[in-house]
Amino acid sequence: MSLVISQLINGLQSGSIYALVALGYSMVYGIIMLLNFAHGDIIMVGAYAAWFVMVRLSLNPVLAIILAILACTVLGVVIEKVAYTPLRSSPRLSLLITAIGISFLLENLAQRVFGAGAQKVPALISGPAIEIGGQRFSFIAMVTIVVSVVSMALLTFLVRKTKMGKAMRAVSEDMGTAQLMGINVNLTISFTFAVGSALAGIGSILYSCAYPQASPTMGAMLGLKAFVAAVLGGIGSIPGAMLGGFCIGLAEAIVSAVGLSVWKDGVVFAILIVVLVVKPTGILGRAIREKV
Amino acid sequence: MKRNQMLIPMPLRYLINAVLFAAFLWIMNSLITGGAISRYHSGIISSIGISIILAVSLNMATGYLGQLPLGHAGFMALGAYTSALIMKSAAAAKGLESALGASYAAYFFPAALVAGGLAAALFALLIGMPALRLRGDYLAILTLGFGEIIRVVLLNIDNVLGFKLTNGAAGLQKIPTTTTFLFTFIFVGITCFVIHTMMKSRHGRAILSIRENEIAAESCGISTTYYKTLGFVVSAFFAGIAGGLYAGNVGILNPSSFGFMKSIEILVMVVLGGMGSMLGSVLSASVLTALPELLRSFAENRMVVYSLVLVIVMIFKPTGLMGTYDFSLNGLLDKLILKLKGGNARFQKGGPDE
Repeated sequence: MSLVISQLINGLQSGSIYALVALGYSMVYGIIMLLNFAHGDIIMVGAYAAWFVMVRLSLNPVLAIILAILACTVLGVVIEKVAYTPLRSSPRLSLLITAIGISFLLENLAQRVFGAGAQKVPALISGPAIEIGGQRFSFIAMVTIVVSVVSMALLTFLVRKTKMGKAMRAVSEDMGTAQLMGINVNLTISFTFAVGSALAGIGSILYSCAYPQASPTMGAMLGLKAFVAAVLGGIGSIPGAMLGGFCIGLAEAIVSAVGLSVWKDGVVFAILIVVLVVKPTGILGRAIREKV
Repeated sequence: MKRNQMLIPMPLRYLINAVLFAAFLWIMNSLITGGAISRYHSGIISSIGISIILAVSLNMATGYLGQLPLGHAGFMALGAYTSALIMKSAAAAKGLESALGASYAAYFFPAALVAGGLAAALFALLIGMPALRLRGDYLAILTLGFGEIIRVVLLNIDNVLGFKLTNGAAGLQKIPTTTTFLFTFIFVGITCFVIHTMMKSRHGRAILSIRENEIAAESCGISTTYYKTLGFVVSAFFAGIAGGLYAGNVGILNPSSFGFMKSIEILVMVVLGGMGSMLGSVLSASVLTALPELLRSFAENRMVVYSLVLVIVMIFKPTGLMGTYDFSLNGLLDKLILKLKGGNARFQKGGPDE
């Protein structure tokens, strides 16, 4: 029984990281219909930033966390300004290829700069295990789950209640009309990238707490799985991203618990195929009718 | 009107191209067998041919169909392992060599290649059907995942099956090195011919219309799912064949050589050459394959360069170097004939043409 619960917690822990990353995918996809492949690699940069601040500059973990999140946010906005803004009116395929290029560029630059091997990230968060009802839960797992739920709640508030959130929703609905209504589209899109990348930054901190190493390709698979989570939950939906993230995390935990951990990547993509066949809009997504 | 008129009749056009291609094959082949081109260089020429097949086939899916498959290396791996396993078991069957002589490879290799292509096509069908039903970038994600999964499967399948099939990380070894210059470039010719004629046919026009505007194509009665899947499967088929040729060229297969990097490398060839231009794919595949061999310093940094190329080409020249321009020898001949016949034909007809 306790093994089942601990596997469940493991699943929820990795699930909340997927959920945080999935939110970034979902927001960007919702607003400019771009599958931002570079999003996963922003996580990698965040982990390297935390490692750099703590190991090379030997500053304290709090500063490392703040700087890592800041680095991710800035990087996300810079990528948007340099690579995606010039292509806003070009075909989707060009934008997608650019995103692949950026993702690949970040990975290879990291490899040239930091080497192909993994760097050990020192503990960013530590604390005593928490005991509830005779069951011990790791402190990091609890922090991960709580932080991601709080981030999600804040994001929902941001999108539903603030003026910027209203602008984001308007731009994702119809960019042209939003512009006519006096919304600064460029600013709104940059803001979306900033928020998404900040969430990725938080995700990268939590990820390096769970798996304390930074490697150039760590973001690629994580990003892909988070995208699957976003599709599973319904792309463009905030609670959907969370639900999808938890589902993917739990599915992985179950597959690993059965002893098939080598195949867990395969299971995630099998889930994607099933979603695309059965319900392409995802669990909480709504069908978007295409206008001609 | 006049400009589109074909002065050379269709069968003759094919004949001219076929004769020229055969002459090219014959000259190169006699140079290689005669020893004028060293074994090292002929190996590079073969890998150029393999890259051409890969780039032209990806161009079919990316340039003509407008989709972005990111697992081309995965299909290549499927073809490579399938044909390598067939060739290995054919080599193991001792009777074959005595029955057919040393040239048994000539009989079996094309069959093994086609089998490899079919294996890739089958998997493309399985992936394409759910993903291509929908609009959007699902194919990119699924193929990207598929490429990774193929690698994982090739590494671990032996544990599941309980016997040696792919040899895991150690890789398949002692594959008969049956890929010759002639084999490679005959398949290059077949690939280009099939994709070219297909794109000139009704099916090809349907595929192009989907790239231009999917909604409009659908409202014209084109079954978009069918044609998208068709284009994707054909593209995967030729990737499988290229994989088989690769296996025969290097003699050793290792799952790590079919990673995401390889898929991106092929994508760079297509994007740089120009999406939708077969000539562009052929040229950039040749240059990008030969360059790392000739310049070692380029080989070290090539992944960074490739990713920069992707971004810069997309931002500054999204059509690639060639755009959608395709060279047609007969088109050129047509123009020449028109010139030689003199402008009088044009003068008589008067203004409207000009």
